[in-house]
Amino acid sequence: MAEGNKLNLAIGLGATCSGCDVTIVDLAEDLPKILSSANIVFWPTAADLKLKDLEAMADGSIDLCLYHGSIVNEENAEIAKLLRRKSKLLVAFGSCACFGGIPGLGNLTNREQLLETVYGTPSTENPNGIKPQGEVIVDGYRMRVPRRLDLALPLSGVVEVDYLIPGCPPQTSQVRDSFEAILSGNLPPKGSIIGPGKNLCDECPRKREGKAIARIVRPHEIIPDPEKCLLDQGILCMGPATRAGCGAKCIKANMRCEGCMGPPDGIRDQGAKMLSTIASILGLEGEEKMTEEEVAKLMDGIADPVGLFYLFSLPSSILRRKWGEV
Amino acid sequence: MKSGREIEIYPASRLEGHARISIFLDEKGAVKDAFFQILELRGFEEFCKGRLVEEMPRITPRICGVCPWAHHLASAKAADAVYGVEPTEAAKKIREMGYSAFFVHDHLLHFYLLALPDFIPGPRAPPAERNVVGLLNRVGKELGGRLLRAFKYSHEIQEIVGGRSTHPVFCLPGGVSKPIGEDERAKIEEGAKYLLEFSEATLELFKKALLGDDKYSKMILEDKNVNRVNSLAMVGDGDSLSLLSGMLKAVDPEGRTIGLFEPKDYLDHISEHVEPWTYSKFTFLKALGWRGLRDGKGSGVYRVGPLARLNVIEKIPTPKAQGAFEEMFEVLDKPCHSTFAYHWARVIETLYAAERLMELIKDPSITDGDIRNIPGSPRGRGVGAVEAPRGTLIHDYTSNGDGRIRELNLIVPTTHNNSVICMSVRNAARDLIKSGSIDEGLLNEVEMAFRAYDPCLACATHALPGQLPLKVSIFDSRGTLLKEISRP
Amino acid sequence: MAEGGSWFEPKILGFLCNWCSYAAADLAGMSRMEYPPNIRCIRVMCSGRVEPSFVLEALREGYDGVLIAGCHPPSDCHYQSGNLKARRRYYLLRKLLRELGINPDRVRLEWASASEGQRFAEIVRDFTEQLRRLGPNPIRAMRVGGGE
Ligand code: SF4
Ligand code: SF4
Ligand code: SF4
Ligand code: FES
Repeated sequence: MAEGNKLNLAIGLGATCSGCDVTIVDLAEDLPKILSSANIVFWPTAADLKLKDLEAMADGSIDLCLYHGSIVNEENAEIAKLLRRKSKLLVAFGSCACFGGIPGLGNLTNREQLLETVYGTPSTENPNGIKPQGEVIVDGYRMRVPRRLDLALPLSGVVEVDYLIPGCPPQTSQVRDSFEAILSGNLPPKGSIIGPGKNLCDECPRKREGKAIARIVRPHEIIPDPEKCLLDQGILCMGPATRAGCGAKCIKANMRCEGCMGPPDGIRDQGAKMLSTIASILGLEGEEKMTEEEVAKLMDGIADPVGLFYLFSLPSSILRRKWGEV
Repeated sequence: MKSGREIEIYPASRLEGHARISIFLDEKGAVKDAFFQILELRGFEEFCKGRLVEEMPRITPRICGVCPWAHHLASAKAADAVYGVEPTEAAKKIREMGYSAFFVHDHLLHFYLLALPDFIPGPRAPPAERNVVGLLNRVGKELGGRLLRAFKYSHEIQEIVGGRSTHPVFCLPGGVSKPIGEDERAKIEEGAKYLLEFSEATLELFKKALLGDDKYSKMILEDKNVNRVNSLAMVGDGDSLSLLSGMLKAVDPEGRTIGLFEPKDYLDHISEHVEPWTYSKFTFLKALGWRGLRDGKGSGVYRVGPLARLNVIEKIPTPKAQGAFEEMFEVLDKPCHSTFAYHWARVIETLYAAERLMELIKDPSITDGDIRNIPGSPRGRGVGAVEAPRGTLIHDYTSNGDGRIRELNLIVPTTHNNSVICMSVRNAARDLIKSGSIDEGLLNEVEMAFRAYDPCLACATHALPGQLPLKVSIFDSRGTLLKEISRP
Repeated sequence: MAEGGSWFEPKILGFLCNWCSYAAADLAGMSRMEYPPNIRCIRVMCSGRVEPSFVLEALREGYDGVLIAGCHPPSDCHYQSGNLKARRRYYLLRKLLRELGINPDRVRLEWASASEGQRFAEIVRDFTEQLRRLGPNPIRAMRVGGGE
C-alpha cells in the first residue's frame, strides 16, 4: 500500500446523475475516518486532478477506485479503461456502474432514434435537423462532443470489475460496511457483490403470506395496508427479485421496491426472476377453466414488464437490449 | 487558413466528461469567441416512452442526483394532470414541506461549497486555498460544523418525508404515499428551527463578507459582466414567489411583463434551438424568436433561477425573506442583470424556503391522514412545472389509455439558462483575457461567471465540495500546443 | 454470409417434460415417424420447472426457437399444476419478448402425452416451418453479421 499505509483512493465517473457522489459526501461525519486511512488521489467532483496526471501514474498505483455511472459514450469507455489500468481494485459503485442503471433503458432504442427524439421534441425548432454528434467545425474551429455508443453498458461491459456495490444510490450504511470490508481486507471472492446475498423480503418488516393474487394493482389505485406485504396486495413489489441491504427504504415509505439493488445471489436475470415469481402467484383462482386467451389477457395487466422488471438492470440482463424484430 | 489560438477550460474536468468551456483567440490574442459545451446525453426523452405514468416520479429523479426532488415533484404534478386528479390538502402540504427542506439544502450547498470559496479566499488566492478547507480556515471551524449540521437536518427531513433523500419515492398521482406521524413531526420541527436560524445567519454572512467587502460588492453592484436579458419564473397569487404552483411569467430587460401563461401552455410561448457543438439545447421566447446568442431588446434569450425569480415577482410571502427582498432591490435595479447578484438572490430564497418549512410543520393539519385521492383512468396529456433551485423545470407527458407514456418533453433549468451562461462566459473571457495574456486568477473569474448560474450539469452534472478543476490549453495558429495551465 | 431463405435450417431447443412429452418424443423417434432433425431436447421433470431465464438463455445462445412441452392441462401434470404455472409464465414471457423486440412466436408451449408421438412429430414439423418463415433469431443474425 502507498504512503504511510494510506490507501490511494480514486473516484471515477461515467454517465452519472451524481447521486452516487452525494452518497459519498453524505458520509461526511465518517469522512475524516475514511480520509485518515485514505489518500484521495482522484475525484473529479471534489478534488482536482487532471487526466494527464492520471495517465502519468504508474499502473496499479491506485489501491481502490470506486466508479459510478454507466458507459454510454466513447469517452466513458476510454476513461474506464484508463482507471482499470491504474487501479488494483476497481469497484462498480451504484446500480448504473453495476448493471447499467436507468440510463440503461436507452437499450430499448438506438443512437439514431434517441437523437431523433431528443432533437425533435414538440418544443424544438430544428429546421436543419441538427443532431450533435462527434466533431463539428464552427467558424473554422474544431469542436467535439463525445459520440454515443449504440448500447449503454455497465462498467463490466468494458473492463474487468473486482467488486460491486449496488443501489441507486447505495445507502450510506452499505457504503460504510463496504469500506470497512475493503480496509480490513475481509473481502468476498473477486467479482462478487459486497452486501447481503438474500432478497429484500428477507429484511422487509411486512408480513408476507405469499398469497395468490387475482389481479395486478397499480400503486396509485389503492392505499395499501402498511403492515401487509405489498405483493400480497397485488402491487408489483420487486422484493423477491431484489437484493437486500437497503433496509427496505421504499417499503417503509409505503411504496413498492423498484429493484434498485439488482438481483440477489444466484439470480442471473432480475426480470426473468420477477416474471417467474409473478406468474407463480397471479391468477390461480379458477384457472383450470381459463382459456389461453384469458390467461394471456390476465398477464397483459402488466403493462410495461421491461420498465417494471428491468428498470436498473437491462444492459446486464440476458437479452441486454431491444432486438428490433417486432 | 485557420487563425487564432484555442484555449480550453474544463470546468468539470475532462474526466468528468460533462462540460467544457472552449475559448478561441484571434491572432492578436483577443477573445474571438467562447463556447460552453455540454458533453453528455442520456436521452430520457426517448427511453421514458413506454414507461408507466405513475412510475415517472421515480424514474426522472435519476436525471440528476443533486436536484432529484425537483424532478420528483415536477413529474408528480405532470402525473396528477395526466390522471386529472388533485392531491389532497394534506398531501400538497407534505409535498411542499419536503421540497422546502430540499431547497434549503441545495441552496446552502451551492452557496457555501461552490460560490463562497471563490469570494472568501478570493479568486486570486493560491489554488490550494480556494476550496472547502480554505473556506473553513477562513470562516472558522465553528461555521463549518454548523454547516454540516444543517445538511444533516435537511437530509433527515427529506428522508422522513420522501422515503429516501436522494431519489425520493413518496409522490404518486393524487397525493403522497405516507402521512407524517406525530414523532416525525417533532423531529422535523427541530430541524426546521435549526435551518431557519442558519439561513438567517447565512444572509448576515453574505451581507458582511460580500457586501461589506469593497471589491466584491463592486463586483455585484458594478458588475461589468451584465447580460440584459428577459427573465422567466413561476409566480403565485399577487405575483409572489412560489416554487410549486402558479403561472409562468416573463419580463423583458426593463421589467415589463411580456408573457403570462399557464405552464400547460408553455409550447405556445417557449421554443428550443439546437447547435451542433453541444448536447444541450437553447430555449427562447417564441414571440421574440431565436436571434442567436445575444442580449438586449428584442432577443428571445431569457434567464431562470434565483435572480430571474426575484426579478419577476413582486413579493415574497414570508416576512423575513420579504424584508431581505426589499433590501436587495433598494440597492440594485429591478430587474437586475448582474451575474453575481444570483448569489444574493440565492441566500434570500434559502431564507424563504426555511420560513415555509417552519410554517408548514407548525400547521396542525400536516399530520392529517387524508393523503391521497384515488384517480380514475388517464386522460391524455399532463404538464407539471416547478421552480427547481436552478430555475423553471417542465415535465410534459402524454399517456396512452393504459397509462403508458406515448410522448414526453422535459425542459430543465440548464437548458433555459444555456444561452445566458454562454454569453456570460464569453463576456467574462473578452473582458479578462487581453493580448493573449492569461493567468489563473483571470480564468477563475471566467469560470465564476458561469458558476453563478450553478449550471446543473447532470441535469447535466454538478460539483460538490471544493473547486472545479480547470484546464487551459493554448494552441498556436497551426494547432500546436504552446502552453498548458492547470490548477494543481 | 447471410442466413435465411429457403435453405435456412432453424435450430430449436426443446424443454420436454419427463412424464409425457419426452416420452412422446421417444415414441416418435422409435416408431421412425418423420420429423426434422432441427430440435435438440432437454428433459425436465415438469414443464413448470422451466424457468423463463432458460428460454432467454437459449435465445441468447442463438436458438431460433424454443419449445416447452408438458402434460395436458388441467389435470395431467404429475405435480398437479406445474403445467398451469408454465402456461402463466409462457404468456407473460411472450409479452416480455414482444417488448424486447423478439417475435414471441419463437417460443411455443405445447401439450403432448406419452402416447402422442405422432402429435409431437407434427408439432416439431410445424414449428420448424414456422421458424423457417421467420428467419434466423435476430441475436444470432447479428452475431453472424458481425454486429455484436
Ligand atoms: S446508480 Fe443511481 S444514484 Fe448512482 S449515478 Fe446511477 S442513477 Fe445516479
Ligand atoms: S414483496 Fe415487497 S412488501 Fe412483500 S415482503 Fe417482499 S419486499 Fe416486503
Ligand atoms: S426498497 Fe428496493 S428500490 Fe427502494 S432502496 Fe431498497 S432496493 Fe432500492
Ligand atoms: S409433469 Fe408434465 S407438465 Fe408437470
